[in-house]
Amino acid sequence: MKTTMKIGLFVPCYIDAFFPKTGIATLELLEKCGQHVEYPMTQTCCGQPMANAGCNADAAVAEDLFIRNFARYDAIVVPSGSCANHVRHHFDAIPQTDEVEHVRRNTYELVEFLHDILKVQEFPWAEFPHKVGLHNSCSTLRSLRTASMSELGESFFSKPMALLSHVKGISFVTPKRPDECCGFGGTFCITEEAVSVRMGLDKIQDHYTAGAEYIVSADSSCLMHQQGCAERAGVPIRFIHIAEILNGSRA
Amino acid sequence: MKVTPVNHAKAAEEFIKDTSHERFHDKRLWDLRQKRDEQMHALPEWQELRSLASQIKEHTLTHLPDYLEQFEANATKNGIHVHWAVDAAEHNRIVGEILKKHGVRSLIKSKSMVTEECEMAPYLAQHGVCVIETDLGERIQQLDKQMPSHIVVPAVHKLASDVAKLFAKHYNTDPDDDDPHSLAWAQRLAARPVILSADAGMTGVNFAVAETGSFVVCTNEGNADLSATVPKLHIATLGIERLVPRMADLGVFIRLLSRSALGSPITQYTTHFRAPQKGSEMHVVLVDNGRSHRLGMKDFWTSLKCIRCGACMNTCPVYRRSGGLSYGAVYSGPIGAIIDPTFNERKYSTLPFASTMNGSCTHVCPVKINIHEQLYQWRRVLAEHHELPFVKREMMRMAGKLLGQPKLYRAALRGAETALSVVPRVLLYNAMNPWGKNRELPPPVSQTFYAWYQENRIKKG
Repeated sequence: MKTTMKIGLFVPCYIDAFFPKTGIATLELLEKCGQHVEYPMTQTCCGQPMANAGCNADAAVAEDLFIRNFARYDAIVVPSGSCANHVRHHFDAIPQTDEVEHVRRNTYELVEFLHDILKVQEFPWAEFPHKVGLHNSCSTLRSLRTASMSELGESFFSKPMALLSHVKGISFVTPKRPDECCGFGGTFCITEEAVSVRMGLDKIQDHYTAGAEYIVSADSSCLMHQQGCAERAGVPIRFIHIAEILNGSRA
Repeated sequence: MKVTPVNHAKAAEEFIKDTSHERFHDKRLWDLRQKRDEQMHALPEWQELRSLASQIKEHTLTHLPDYLEQFEANATKNGIHVHWAVDAAEHNRIVGEILKKHGVRSLIKSKSMVTEECEMAPYLAQHGVCVIETDLGERIQQLDKQMPSHIVVPAVHKLASDVAKLFAKHYNTDPDDDDPHSLAWAQRLAARPVILSADAGMTGVNFAVAETGSFVVCTNEGNADLSATVPKLHIATLGIERLVPRMADLGVFIRLLSRSALGSPITQYTTHFRAPQKGSEMHVVLVDNGRSHRLGMKDFWTSLKCIRCGACMNTCPVYRRSGGLSYGAVYSGPIGAIIDPTFNERKYSTLPFASTMNGSCTHVCPVKINIHEQLYQWRRVLAEHHELPFVKREMMRMAGKLLGQPKLYRAALRGAETALSVVPRVLLYNAMNPWGKNRELPPPVSQTFYAWYQENRIKKG
């Protein structure tokens, strides 16, 4: 494990408001891994909602604030693949100064940070005696590349599964279309409601049929959408962020 | 004239309501994607082929004028008449004139997206030429007066029972007999006499080879071969991007095309046309229709690498669930969403948003077009060109402002109850109805992470 770094914790808006447990688990988990973590109190958002809607100029103020909050850290960790992807690959509504480049280069999604940077090999406190289906968001799968994608026919690898395999009692089910998008897609879930829900239901059904008790993901936005679809349709399956399992949540 | 943007979301909703069609459509196209994967796994050099294909196309596109002229010179030497059409109108006029000169009343045609793009059939109908599609899927669509819904399998959104009903109306067959063999037989019986008596034939072109002045047409039904060789006049029409420099380059594309499209190693027929048959005439029409302009677009020119395999459609989770017709355009699916706006920015302004930007399309594309990145880029261009709906534009402006001011943001979020009404607005505009139509909201929480951190870490120090 690397020496202690100064880490800035970025808790995206929907995790802050709807899934505070995920934020708390991320913070505690990083601390258990021996890291010094701070949560800058004036953070809001990375600018992704505006940028993804095409309104890049409107993302400038949020991006600027993001830099002011996080430029002082060695690493910025966020329990969300899509936000990490925005900061790393898009984040260009503001001039690309050294500070901005530092932040973009050192912003990590939680799984890749644990797997690639801290190289954590064990989570002795973690036990999750359940069958889980792993949902890789499209951002983690095809942009951050934390798992192999079926489109390329490459050899199998999965950073989230590698981490989860250190958790006692956990077992994995195999859905038929593991790489299929769940249909959240940011504003897509509102503007294309019918397609979004159809995709969400298919995703849930695929995992449920495979025998999953839980769907686990590194992206709360996908989970929020899938959970909403499952509850309405009455599919008895539960949802949990990977940070919570790795931090020792039992259910 | 006021142009209304295509309402993809509404058309998709209608398609989804019809469960049996939507379920079949998703399953059928996913099956093609899986067959494509099997072919990919059988070729260890798959990624190398994709890179080569991409490089050859990028080279060709960046030297396009030279290769076009080389093609023209060699084709002319071979005895082919070569025509240049700057746009759809000129294309149709050229074809019309050739047909008129030969006194053609009936034209048999194999699949060609360019002729769809140019809306050629209605134009020729006005000039007294009867156009009959010979590709089964295209013929079904023609009889039903619909556009092709997919560039390779044009009637994939229909069930066999739909086709049985349609054929019954036109071919006087049994409307309840939806056995695919009966349907194919009915089409064969109807098509053969038309083919044998046609005055002229028309095909598309999959690849034109500059160094030989020849071209290749790939089909599975053999209908292009009949269309091209039975009548004494063959007109082939192609977009100017369909060139490859050398015969040696073809192998790369032939190996990729059908594997990507249908998951079969090669199309049943891969026919090379080099010169007219004795006593016949052969014409080739090179169509620009906006392609030169697209070639000059920094972020979008590589969309011209497309070889029209449809792999991006088969893999697209949105396309599979919304059906090709929901795009309201000749080119549908992911590739359609990045090229349609170059034809009409306002009309197709909604299409780059009919995507979750999941990126699967980019990674199945045999010529490595970065489709999902171009979708992202189109959104920016459309916002800059004021082609976003007013409400969306305003919500993003407000969200952007609010998210830039932590104090205001926190005030808006204060208390978990208000968070429920504010955050979705920031995140998903203010429209809670579409979210809640078929989805529950996340369960309420007692405090935000921010409040928890303040209470447990800041105050306790």
